[in-house]
Amino acid sequence: MAVIYADNNATTKIAPSVLDEMMPYLTEYYGNPSSMHTFGGQVGKKILEARTRIASLLNATPEEILFTSCGTESDSTAIRAAIMSNPSKKHIVTTRVEHPAVKNLCEKLAKEGFRITYVPVDQNGALDLDFLYQNLTEDTAIVSIMWANNETGVIFPVEEIASVVKDKGIAFHTDAVQAVGKIPIDLKKTGIDMLSLSGHKLHAPKGIGALYIRKGTKFSPFLIGGHQEKGRRGGTENVASIIGLGAAAKLSQELMEKENTDVKKLRDTLEKGLLAKIEHSFVNGATEKRLPNTTSIAFEYVEGEAILLMLDEFGICASSGSACTSGSLEPSHVLRAMGVPFTAAHGTIRFSLSTYNTMDEINLIIEKLPNIIRTLRNMSPFWKGNQ
Amino acid sequence: MWEYTEKTKDHFLNPRNVGEIKDPDGIGEVGSLACGDALKLTFKLDENRSRIADAKFQTFGCASAIASSSALTEMLKGITLEEAEKITNEDIADYLGGLPKEKMHCSVMGRDALEKAITYYRGESEKKIEGEIVCECFGVTDLEIKRAVTENGLKTVEEVTDYVKAGGGCGKCHENIQAIIDQQIGGIQILPRMKKKELTNIQKIKLIEETLTREIQPALAKDGGDIELIDVDGDKVTVKLRGTCATCSKSQITLKNYVETKLRELVSDSLEVQEVN
Repeated sequence: MAVIYADNNATTKIAPSVLDEMMPYLTEYYGNPSSMHTFGGQVGKKILEARTRIASLLNATPEEILFTSCGTESDSTAIRAAIMSNPSKKHIVTTRVEHPAVKNLCEKLAKEGFRITYVPVDQNGALDLDFLYQNLTEDTAIVSIMWANNETGVIFPVEEIASVVKDKGIAFHTDAVQAVGKIPIDLKKTGIDMLSLSGHKLHAPKGIGALYIRKGTKFSPFLIGGHQEKGRRGGTENVASIIGLGAAAKLSQELMEKENTDVKKLRDTLEKGLLAKIEHSFVNGATEKRLPNTTSIAFEYVEGEAILLMLDEFGICASSGSACTSGSLEPSHVLRAMGVPFTAAHGTIRFSLSTYNTMDEINLIIEKLPNIIRTLRNMSPFWKGNQ
Repeated sequence: MWEYTEKTKDHFLNPRNVGEIKDPDGIGEVGSLACGDALKLTFKLDENRSRIADAKFQTFGCASAIASSSALTEMLKGITLEEAEKITNEDIADYLGGLPKEKMHCSVMGRDALEKAITYYRGESEKKIEGEIVCECFGVTDLEIKRAVTENGLKTVEEVTDYVKAGGGCGKCHENIQAIIDQQIGGIQILPRMKKKELTNIQKIKLIEETLTREIQPALAKDGGDIELIDVDGDKVTVKLRGTCATCSKSQITLKNYVETKLRELVSDSLEVQEVN
C-alpha cells in the first residue's frame, strides 16, 4: 500500500539530493574534521560549506551557526546559556503553547527556583502581547517564544516581540523548528539573539539541529568537551548529518516559493474539502498568519486516535491532538490553552504537508475521511442528537 | 504507535454489535465527551429471562475503547446474568489478547457499563457516587481506586492512572493515590505530617545534621556532589559544598532552592542557609 505522508511537522522524508551529498561522508571520507591531515581537513571544508548554507537560509553569518544534535538540544542550550550568563536573573518568559522541548525545560527550571511567566493565547492561538510586555522585568533572563506552533501552524510575531525585548536588554530566543524552511526568515532584520532549528523537519536526517547565536550574545556551552564549534559545543561533529542539513537548507531556500504557493494550495484544498464534506468540523487557530503546510481540524463527537487508525488503513499518515495518542489522558496543551473545548480537542487531526505531496493524495484524503468520521459518529452515543 | 493485538484491531475496524437495543432490559452508560471516552451498553434477555440474548454498544473513544466495547458485547451473548456479573476488566482485556497498560482504563469502562446495566435491570436505584472524590479531573473516588488496586494488584500511581484514569490530569492527587495504594498493600496508615515542634538548640543542630545525612547528601551524591555542615548560629546554617557541587555554576540554586527548602520543611521554617566563604 502506498503511503500518503501528511505528517511533515512530525518529521520529513530525507530529500534524495540531501542523501546523495551525505553518502560520501558516511563511506569514503570518514576523516575527523579536527585532524591535521588533508584527509580530515577536506571534511572540515564541507562542514564550513554546510554552515554557510544554513546562514544563507537565515540571512546570518556562518560563525553564528552552532551545530547540535536536535531542536531540543538547541532549545536547552539557548535557555541554559541565557541563565548561566545572567546568574542574578531568575525570571523566564515563555508561552503556554511551546513544544515540550521548551515547556518541560521551563517546568524543570521552575523547580530549580526560577519564576516562569507563561504568556496566554486567545482562541485563534494568537499571543497576548500586552501581557507579554507587561511581564518583562529587570529580573528576566530570557524570553523564549516559538516562531510557529507545531500543532496549529499559527505564526507568532517574533520579530516584533524580539525588538521590544531587545530594547529592554533581555535575551530573546525562538524555537523556529517548524518555521525554518517553510517561511522566509531574515535574521539581520531582527533582534533575535538565538534561534533553534531541526534538520529532520526540513528533509535532512534526524539527529541534527542547529542553534543560531547572534554575534555578541552572551553564551555558555551546554556540552563541555573538545574545541569543536569554537568551544561552544564539545563532541565530534556528526559530519554526514551536518552536510545533510546544509544541503537541506539550500534545498529549502530553493523550494521556499513552492512551499508558499503549491503546498499552500494543497493545504487549502484539503481544508476546504474536508470542512465542506464533514459537518461539525472547524479549523483550530487563525487561518491567516499560519504556516502554509499545516491545518489542524477538529471533528466533533469523535476521538482522534480512532480516526488516525482508520486513516492508517488507507496508508494515510497524520497526527492528532487527542489524549489517547500521546499516552496522557488530557488532550493537547496547545488546544487547551486556546480554549478549544475538550469535546473538539479529542477529535482534532493535524495534517502537515510538504512539497512531496500531490493533489491526487489530497483528493484521496478528502474522499476517505468523511466516511471514517461518519462510521465513528454512528458508533458514538453522543451523535444522534446532532445530525 | 500503540501495540494493539490483531484481535483488538479486528474488533476496532469491524466492531460487532454496534447500536442500541430497543426496549432493553439493561442500560449502562459511563464516561463523557470531556473525558475522551464514553460507552452506552444495552442488553436484552431471552424469553426465559435467564440468559442474555443480545447486547449492543455505542462508544465514543479510541480504538481500544471501541474494541473493548465490541468484545464485551460478544462475551455477554448467551451467558446468564450471574455469569455476566463475574466478568472483570481483566477478562475483557484477555478476550482481546491483552491491551497496552496505558489503555487498561478502556476495559474498566466496559466492566463499569456492564455493572450499571445489570443494576438497571434489577431495578436497583443507580448507586450514588460512593466514597470521596480523590481525582477531581476525572471524578474518581477513593473506593474506585481501592477496587482497582485490589483487583488488579496495582502498585504505583502510574498504574492506577492506566486503569481508572485517576491522576492523569493535573497530578495534584498523586500523593493521595499513593496513600491509598500504601494502605491497600500494607495496611499502613499515613499520618498527617507532624507539626514542627519548638526545638532546643541542640535538638535543632542534631535535626539539621540528620536531615543533611539522610535527605540531602544522598540527593546531591546522585550528581557527584556532597555537603558538609560548618556551623549553626541561631537560624543561620553555614555549609560547604563539595565534589561537583563546589564547581557547579548552579550551586547557588542548589543551596537556596534545595538545601534551604528541605531544611525549612523538615527542621524549622526560619532557617537560612549560606555557603562558607
